[in-house]
Amino acid sequence: MREFQYIVTDNEGIHARPAGELVKLAKTFASDVKVVKDGREADCKKIFALMGLGAKKGSELSFVITGEDETEACEELEKFMRENL
Amino acid sequence: MTTYSGKSVFGGIAIGKLCVWQKKESRIRRVRIEDPDEEMERFERAKKEAAAQLKDLYDKALREVGEVNAAIFEIHQMMLEDGDYNESVENIVRTQRVNAEYAVASTADNFAGMFAEMEDDYMKARAADVRDISERLIAVLSGTGSPVTVSDEPVIIVADDLAPSETVQLDKDKVLAFVTVHGSPNSHTAILARTMGIPALIGTDIPLERQMDGKPAVVDGAGGCVYVEPDEDFLDKMREKQREELDRKEMLQTLKGKESVTVDGKKVLLYANIGSLRDLSAAMENDAEGIGLFRSEFLYLESEDFPTEEEQFLVYKTAAETMAGKRVIIRTLDIGADKKCDYFGLEPEENPALGLRGIRICLTRTEVFKTQLRALFRASAFGKIAVMYPMIISVEEVRRIKELAEEARRELAAEGTPFGMPEQGIMIETPAAVMMSRELAKEVDFFSIGTNDLTQYTLAIDRQNPRLDAFYDPRHPAVLRMIAMTAANAHLENTWVGICGELAADTELTEAFLKMGIDELSVSPGSILPLRKKVRETKLSGS
Repeated sequence: MREFQYIVTDNEGIHARPAGELVKLAKTFASDVKVVKDGREADCKKIFALMGLGAKKGSELSFVITGEDETEACEELEKFMRENL
Repeated sequence: MTTYSGKSVFGGIAIGKLCVWQKKESRIRRVRIEDPDEEMERFERAKKEAAAQLKDLYDKALREVGEVNAAIFEIHQMMLEDGDYNESVENIVRTQRVNAEYAVASTADNFAGMFAEMEDDYMKARAADVRDISERLIAVLSGTGSPVTVSDEPVIIVADDLAPSETVQLDKDKVLAFVTVHGSPNSHTAILARTMGIPALIGTDIPLERQMDGKPAVVDGAGGCVYVEPDEDFLDKMREKQREELDRKEMLQTLKGKESVTVDGKKVLLYANIGSLRDLSAAMENDAEGIGLFRSEFLYLESEDFPTEEEQFLVYKTAAETMAGKRVIIRTLDIGADKKCDYFGLEPEENPALGLRGIRICLTRTEVFKTQLRALFRASAFGKIAVMYPMIISVEEVRRIKELAEEARRELAAEGTPFGMPEQGIMIETPAAVMMSRELAKEVDFFSIGTNDLTQYTLAIDRQNPRLDAFYDPRHPAVLRMIAMTAANAHLENTWVGICGELAADTELTEAFLKMGIDELSVSPGSILPLRKKVRETKLSGS
């Protein structure tokens, strides 16, 4: 299992467009990707669940990644978050 | 004439007939089915068809309204594939043994409800997306299709609210304005209206009745009003207003892509002042030739602790990449005086305008300054960044800055971190800097004259104090002479010089500035095209 924390810096939060891109990226990995915000968990491969977290600027998220390509997935997802959100 | 009012989303005048938008109410019947597998196959086929429609809509939107507005249809495709959404539909079909139409409609209600309950207004507006994809699925399932046609002549669309797929299917040439009863400033109708640049009102108290259809009306986008069945006098007045607006808009549009050059060939760079990354789009839309002042304060003011090198680097890099090779002048931290940050722990001051601010903080807290310099140099590897230092009064300060910059450069080189060396310049905003401008010019690549502070310090007038208005003259000859002196000294040392204060946008002074040899004017994005117009009408020689 791999894990990383991220605090959203984008002013708009995880709105539709980046959520779509994040889901697209998560789906390229075989690993299971969970996003946790304030104790609520969402499957990062499901756009409604992800948007339903209502992550805004300043929201603290933890990503929990489990599966065969978890190391690579963790790196790529963290990079995506830093560059886009 | 009847007047209805709403909230303005985009300005402008539209004159035409009303067209009341009727959503096709497809009543959904709950039908018991025998074979859930067969029903699920029907659902899968419908999904495929809906996805194909969305793909077409995406392509159409991409051509007509650009990538940012088209993206929603890509997201709709993903929503169609959403695991939870599909599971819910399948569950309802299998456990209740009902038709797919009914299962989709129930699922839509639940998911839309979830968004509608969220606190965030943007997310609330997403309930419309859920409804939109669900209606599309239902239309395919029940074979009703959804071609949207408006009348032949251009009309003012009056609707409850429009779904994204409805707005994109509209023939754009046939829409004069949008007037909706509901909708939010974040709704797709609003976003589209802004992109198309047509008047739009939301939250309007207009009745959505059949008899409104075809009535003549005027929409005043900026004023937030719709006038139904206006009388002739009023119509004439609005036609005149519309013509003036159009003329202005057309005139400014023709200036896009044109050089900012006087009749007799003197070229000047017209840059934009911005305060955050969000302002970049306005700068681009108004055809800025570069960014003349990117205030980096927002990074510090919007933060609860010192922004990290990485955070800053990403912001500067984005700005450099967005401007794609055009110059981006970033001003280092300029807090103190009226802009304060608690975590800096600065002592309260008797006279903050003359206190610990701008470069004085940076030279006192060198670790904070060096973090910013490292981020700036790293971002310089990705575009044409220039760095500018505020509140300079002496050559010694500039030398000290250059030492710190050199330290940062050496550190980066030793670490093997990629970086570039940007042009370095200073703000001329104190009378001291003006008097020392010849010596200062030897030290730096460029000057940028900050007229707001320079005026305040030259005239000894506090601009925040309204009782001093009678004494305050923004075009005071003392200030103009300061600018002329700075420009002359800069050019003696081959240093280029710009103006980035409010005075730069004053078209009464454009000719004077150009005669002084000012190389660059940096103004708010909306002032760029009017200023370009003025430059192109100016003739320097023989007058």
